[in-house]
Amino acid sequence: MLYRTAGQFKSSYVADQALFPVRQDAILLTIILIFGWVIFPMTASEFTFQTLLIPILIYALAAMGLNILTGFAGQLSLGTGAFMGVGAYACYKMVTLFPWMNPIIAILLSGVFSAGIGVVFGIPSLRIKGFYLAIATLAAQFFLVWLFEKWAWLYNYNASGAIQVPNLEMFGVFVSGPQAASVTEYYIVLFVVTLLTLLCINLTRGNLGRTWKATRDMDIAAELIGINLMKSKLTAFAVSSYVVGVAGALYVFMWKGAAEPNVFDIPLSFQVLFIAIIGGLGSIMGNYLGAILIVGLPVVLNVVAGTKVFEISAPSAILLVALIAAATFLFWVARNLWGVGAALGFGVVTLVYGYAQLQGFRIDSALIEHINVMIVGALIIFFLIIEPHGLNQLWRLIREKLIIWPFPH
Amino acid sequence: MLNDIFIAPFVDMVEAPDFLMQVLWEGLVSGILYALIALGFVLIFRSSRIFNFAQGIMVVFAALTLVGLFAMGVPAWISVGLTLGVMFVLAVVIERVVLRPLVGQPDIILFMATIGITLFLIGFGETIFGGENKVMITEELGIPTGDTVLEPFGGLLILQHLDITVVIVATLLVAGLLAFLNYTQMGRAIRALGDDHQAALSVGISLQTIWVLVWFIAGIIALVTGIAWGARAGVSFALEVIAYKALPVLMLGGLESITGAIVGGLMIGILEKLFEIYWGQPLLGGNTETWFAFVLALIVLLFRPQGLFGERIIERV
Repeated sequence: MLYRTAGQFKSSYVADQALFPVRQDAILLTIILIFGWVIFPMTASEFTFQTLLIPILIYALAAMGLNILTGFAGQLSLGTGAFMGVGAYACYKMVTLFPWMNPIIAILLSGVFSAGIGVVFGIPSLRIKGFYLAIATLAAQFFLVWLFEKWAWLYNYNASGAIQVPNLEMFGVFVSGPQAASVTEYYIVLFVVTLLTLLCINLTRGNLGRTWKATRDMDIAAELIGINLMKSKLTAFAVSSYVVGVAGALYVFMWKGAAEPNVFDIPLSFQVLFIAIIGGLGSIMGNYLGAILIVGLPVVLNVVAGTKVFEISAPSAILLVALIAAATFLFWVARNLWGVGAALGFGVVTLVYGYAQLQGFRIDSALIEHINVMIVGALIIFFLIIEPHGLNQLWRLIREKLIIWPFPH
Repeated sequence: MLNDIFIAPFVDMVEAPDFLMQVLWEGLVSGILYALIALGFVLIFRSSRIFNFAQGIMVVFAALTLVGLFAMGVPAWISVGLTLGVMFVLAVVIERVVLRPLVGQPDIILFMATIGITLFLIGFGETIFGGENKVMITEELGIPTGDTVLEPFGGLLILQHLDITVVIVATLLVAGLLAFLNYTQMGRAIRALGDDHQAALSVGISLQTIWVLVWFIAGIIALVTGIAWGARAGVSFALEVIAYKALPVLMLGGLESITGAIVGGLMIGILEKLFEIYWGQPLLGGNTETWFAFVLALIVLLFRPQGLFGERIIERV
């Protein structure tokens, strides 16, 4: 009903190929941008900035970088974490060697280094394919993390072996380091992420993006119609590693504040891969949806399990119920009964657990950690089963159904 | 510099042959364990084209279940039997809940699903048995723990009895597995499925049964590996790192080849130890074992993209 496209006629190819052929999409995006740029920064608490808003944006950016390589160009990579590390270490070296450098410029430049290294490790992709390539990228993963640990020059020979973010100033305001305010950090992350998202959307829609997709769908066929595979694969590695490197620099400079080499170890790579796959390979928006789920879910689980939801704040309980109701409705619109069941099930479990907590029932916090890991694993499998093509596909189905709603066909 | 790289290590090897033999022996033992993990993996990959990332965690999970059951007061050998039962149930559940709904999806989706299984098993194991490090019940299982000291070339060579047992058991396990695959009906069905899914289905081989079977065999292998690694390094989810070691083994040997898994495992086990002792520690600051195997496999792959023993990749348009 709200998504009705009646009356929106396209009278030229340009209009048909526009970024938003349906007007409601543009309106929706505007609303999201207003929330992101104005409403969230005005209302969010320190906790929300640090556990939800900033990490979601950074993880979404990293997943977008990986998605360009894996989703658009079809080259499976398990080395994302290490490339984030390259970006972070490059940025650290730059701001310590040239303290006068503008932090945003340093962050954007740090991606160039990871792009270079990405191209080097991308060269085997010209010969090695599929899972063999995936394991080959693990060589980059393990080798680079080892290098971060052993090459003392990278962390300026300090005793801890970790990189510490110094206080960085821009126009008289601290933008990074211990003294920076969360809001400032958030705005910088948001600015960089918006910029790169725009870049990625247009790259994947353009000539380069079409070459990547042809390579992904069948590389030999692509070669036969005249696509230079070497150029296609290596540009994919370069662009992907650039975005991932910038995400890594943001990860340390705008969020963590300090990082040891093992932060960039393989669990980080997998987390980013989860986001890209749960979100949907070959999509841009999916990365955001995936990041909201993968980063947001443990926080929600912790809040639900760790505090007495229904006792402490009625608003949070109402919000939870509203979210569950919305999810149920959207799944129902998409005729996805598994999804409806899951959303309702989650709601019932939360209610029962909340009631049990009111009665004084407690779970040990270490146990909650373990259960959290278990639930995340189960959810990954669950989402793969209900929609193997990711949340982006789920949203597309929902959107299609909404356009013709209330009619089924 | 060149001397340090190309001459000095070999001089060291020749001057202290007993130490070299010790290094080779330790490399051989860890190589066998890598090979075992890779073997479970190859079986699953051949019969279902699933890149089973959870193989490493199954090792830990099996060991954890064994130790956990023993801690609950079950006698050692009965807990081995019960653990096998648990691995069987696990195989059935994975096939029914995870694999069956995902049949026919792209490879990467199934790969992701096995990572989901990995996380689930980590959480599940820790929830039930606790997250702390545990000691493998070596003595209760009757595994010898002493060592034998040999003196070749007037030097010292220490062979842990545990390691000798591991080598013997692993050899028997592999021999048994090969016999099973070659001489029984079930084993031949597994191989048929590996060759051609459609043809195998059309002669009446049940895909579901075989999948449960290969996951169960992978579970048995995981238990043996888990006992062996657990006895050497304690049982905790830190053992997970050995799972990553199986990946370059597979890459080197080829994803479909059982021979490849064994040869690749031994090669990587021995070469990475040699590299670490003679090149890594003196020249690169040590701890090169984390990446050496991957880089070695990567170099081999540049020349043979399907691994040493993998099926030749034929592409058609």
